[in-house]
Amino acid sequence: MTQVHIKTNINGDSIEFLCGPEETLLDVLRDKLQLTGTKEGCGTGDCGACSITLDGKLVCSCLVLGAEADNSKITTIEGMSDGEKLHPLQQKFLDHAALQCGICTPGILVAAKALLEKNGNPSESEVRYWLAGNLCRCTGYDKIVRAVMDAAKEMRG
Amino acid sequence: MRYVAPLSAEEATNFLFSENGVSRVLAGGTDVLVQMKSGIVEPDLIVDIKKIPGIREITALDGFYRIGAAVSGSEVKDNYDLNKMVPGVVEALDLIGSTQIQGRCTMVGNLCNASPAADSVPALVAVDAVVNIVGPEGKRSCKVEAIPIAPGKTSLKRGEFIVSVDIPFRENFSSDAYLRFTPRTEMDIAVVSAAVALTMSKKGVCENAKVVLGAVAPTVKIVDKASKVLIGSSLDTATIDKLSQLCIDACSPISDKRGTIEFRTDVAGVLASRAAKIAYKRAGF
Repeated sequence: MTQVHIKTNINGDSIEFLCGPEETLLDVLRDKLQLTGTKEGCGTGDCGACSITLDGKLVCSCLVLGAEADNSKITTIEGMSDGEKLHPLQQKFLDHAALQCGICTPGILVAAKALLEKNGNPSESEVRYWLAGNLCRCTGYDKIVRAVMDAAKEMRG
Repeated sequence: MRYVAPLSAEEATNFLFSENGVSRVLAGGTDVLVQMKSGIVEPDLIVDIKKIPGIREITALDGFYRIGAAVSGSEVKDNYDLNKMVPGVVEALDLIGSTQIQGRCTMVGNLCNASPAADSVPALVAVDAVVNIVGPEGKRSCKVEAIPIAPGKTSLKRGEFIVSVDIPFRENFSSDAYLRFTPRTEMDIAVVSAAVALTMSKKGVCENAKVVLGAVAPTVKIVDKASKVLIGSSLDTATIDKLSQLCIDACSPISDKRGTIEFRTDVAGVLASRAAKIAYKRAGF
């Protein structure tokens, strides 16, 4: 099978990889680049566990081919904290105990960060609609929404 | 499988035409990749059209807006002019999938997937949208409603693909609306849907109307009789009741796990009435 040579920028680093034409970006991130913070839930774009940003747009990496990522700019959960210093969203998720098993958490953090970059002062219903594509089977969402609202408040200063 | 990302529409059509196996066009991928994953389709060739110049742009031209085939739902939603001119089309597109899906999914993909329940299709048909096609024999254009011919099947010929959608400018005192019924508020597929586009006179008398239903027939359904009943009226209660009945009469849905024939038929009348009232209000009355 012919491999495709892809040049991309992930979390600020220039990265090149070879991938099969049918390989998803999610599989490339996890299996080739060892960026395993991005999770696979459903693999069909329903659960949001594999959320990343691709050229600034929030997308499910399971519904992107690795080959499509040529010359793109990607951010994943690994690029969220500043070294040891957690992003306010990450800290608020801990403070509010907004996770239990944690599988959905990286996707939700990436999605919530994309929301706050677009709208620094979202209403509760805006948060709930924005995160409708991120499924969590543990928390019942309430703590997640509260953590996002609280992080937004802190980030507004 | 081969993956190609041609730099022109002509090159793309050549790839599609010369492939003897199964080929698929890739724009947002929110249907194609799911179908590949579930084994519904195993393409020999994927033609990624996103590198074709202009295909990711929304442009105002002489008398219409041109929306490239790879423009995502969220890009349409963020476009001020389209929100103002065709709010019904924008709200239909915005109902599809999650934020993540919106970042990738396209109107043309929604159309070419040819699902009877496609949300953006009735809304596009209601505003007389036209698609521009490139194929081995050159360019052609056709109405949106000429594309889906059966569930999962389109009228596109071998090697052809849609490069853009044109939405004609709307006259003053015009507007549109789209409503659908789903058991959940988000992340669901329409059980029934209705789009209504209206053009009113300054005094609030309907001069032109188009009523379109989704998910009540194998393909999108234009209800000409319902459109005609609105013309000349100010959408009074008696007219709305007639509209509702004419929509009910036009339905030929199936029963499935999401809704029965009776339910779909009844709700089609309700949604068309409500959509007409919303469009009337949006037109300034």
